[in-house]
Amino acid sequence: MSVLLIAEHNNKELRPFTLNAVTAASQIDQDVHAVIIGYNSEEAEKALSALPAVKKVISVEAPHYENFTAENFAPIIAKLAENYTHIVSSANTFGKNLMPRIAALLDTSQVSDIIKVISNDTFIRPIYAGNAFATVKSNDKKKCVTIRPTSFDPCESTGGLAPIEKVDGLEEFVQTKFIKREEVKSDRPELGTARIVVSGGRGMQSGDNFKLITEVADKLGAAIGASRAAVDAGYISNDHQVGQTGKVVVPDLYIAVGISGAIQHLAGMKESKVIVAINKDGEAPIFSVADYGLEADLFEALPQFLAELNKLNTIQK
Amino acid sequence: MKILVAVKRVIDYNVQIRVKEDGTGVVTDNVKMSTNPPDDNAVEEAVKIKEAGKATEVVAVTIGEEKAQETVRKALAVGADRGIHVKTDGTLEPLAVSKLLQKVVEKEKPDLVFMGKQAIDDDCNQTGQMLSALLNWPQATFASKIDVKDGKLEIVREIDEGLETIEVNIPAIVTCDLRLNEPRYASLPNIMKAKKKPVDQLNASDLGVDISPRVEQIKVEEPPKRKAGIKVANVAELVQKLKNEAKVI
Repeated sequence: MSVLLIAEHNNKELRPFTLNAVTAASQIDQDVHAVIIGYNSEEAEKALSALPAVKKVISVEAPHYENFTAENFAPIIAKLAENYTHIVSSANTFGKNLMPRIAALLDTSQVSDIIKVISNDTFIRPIYAGNAFATVKSNDKKKCVTIRPTSFDPCESTGGLAPIEKVDGLEEFVQTKFIKREEVKSDRPELGTARIVVSGGRGMQSGDNFKLITEVADKLGAAIGASRAAVDAGYISNDHQVGQTGKVVVPDLYIAVGISGAIQHLAGMKESKVIVAINKDGEAPIFSVADYGLEADLFEALPQFLAELNKLNTIQK
Repeated sequence: MKILVAVKRVIDYNVQIRVKEDGTGVVTDNVKMSTNPPDDNAVEEAVKIKEAGKATEVVAVTIGEEKAQETVRKALAVGADRGIHVKTDGTLEPLAVSKLLQKVVEKEKPDLVFMGKQAIDDDCNQTGQMLSALLNWPQATFASKIDVKDGKLEIVREIDEGLETIEVNIPAIVTCDLRLNEPRYASLPNIMKAKKKPVDQLNASDLGVDISPRVEQIKVEEPPKRKAGIKVANVAELVQKLKNEAKVI
């Protein structure tokens, strides 16, 4: 029995959640092989081979793998799956897009977004926006599993030297054409892995007002999040959305500003270690999950918050 | 061009979910049910494409118990032309749903299949991708913008890093994000008219597909509750608590 882990990367480096997926894969079985599919991705291959938990790297390179389209990735992974009992990847947009296509080719009923490995066939996964946890047992011979990255620690990233086996790719799927990717470049920590997240909601009232959030986030070295209402209103771009249909974050500190706390938003942040809510509506549901609630007008509270932070001698980074 | 839209009946997004005491699932008796929210976006987009003269027919399909038909009626009330209800009891996994949809696609021969990117009950996010694999069609998942071009769609997808634009040849599957559009409300006259639109009923058992579950649900439980927090009087107290009590800044 062994596990095939699908590495997520950008052809240069591994995406950080690959390390969390490796941890989950090793909890299913110690014999973890990792497949990396891309083009001119030697650097990322080396980084993968350096993970001590990975016993073997399978590398597939071709021009049509450069942009990670599921239509190209799924058939080659389904072919490689012959030798494995489990196929594992992160349940972020990469894995969500790809894994079901592989599972259907293998005639396997996928288990999505697990938060705990009970045994090699039994897992816990949240359902109903995290309002219930289901323990499920997969009876398929081959199991396709995506893992919630924030529920598993990243694996050790150096010290290993797994052998790299090159495998030929399959034909290109020509009915889908990649055009472009608009990535939002930022010097801030990534939302999914940041230690502190400061999020704004509909209460921010405009995109310009998000600079109040930005200033506090800069001071704290924090990532910026948002509720769906704020993204829908155009205050901030979609990659900031926290919630059931956005990102799930588990920072040490989550500061929710002007966010009422719909269950769909809570689904994305309620596992955070410490939650702060700043809202002028004292009845807002966000206060029910907050460790520290401040009932105040955010337009007064945020500048004061920044001023108080400036008075501190040190701030943890 | 013909568009097939798949809709699912789920517990309404506003309902506070309660877990059954015996751990077999969540309470669904006397609970408000609605169409899965992003499925509403899928219906809206199909209807808009038809209104723009780029599609000739919009067919809404649902799979489930008798009452699942309500979701098809709602789609008909906002502009779908006719409906299909594949009747089945018990829970279906996304793999089974995609196999049943494959049979409907083979019968209806649509040019496009739309559905929501994820159902808000099981949160699986699988069906569209699985159907694409079974049909060997392109998949445009998490779509927040769709442009219909000659024989193609240009799609903007929402991904973790930002936005991705792809072009897919027709036939194709599109799974819709909540930001794709603003679903319209059905007017009373249209709700009345929708009652006269045809809805074909099929039995899942007649479609020759193995839909038996592969994943056993062992138990469903409530997630651990957070301890109640406190309200602070002012910003200074908040910062002091974060620094000295929670020790996170």
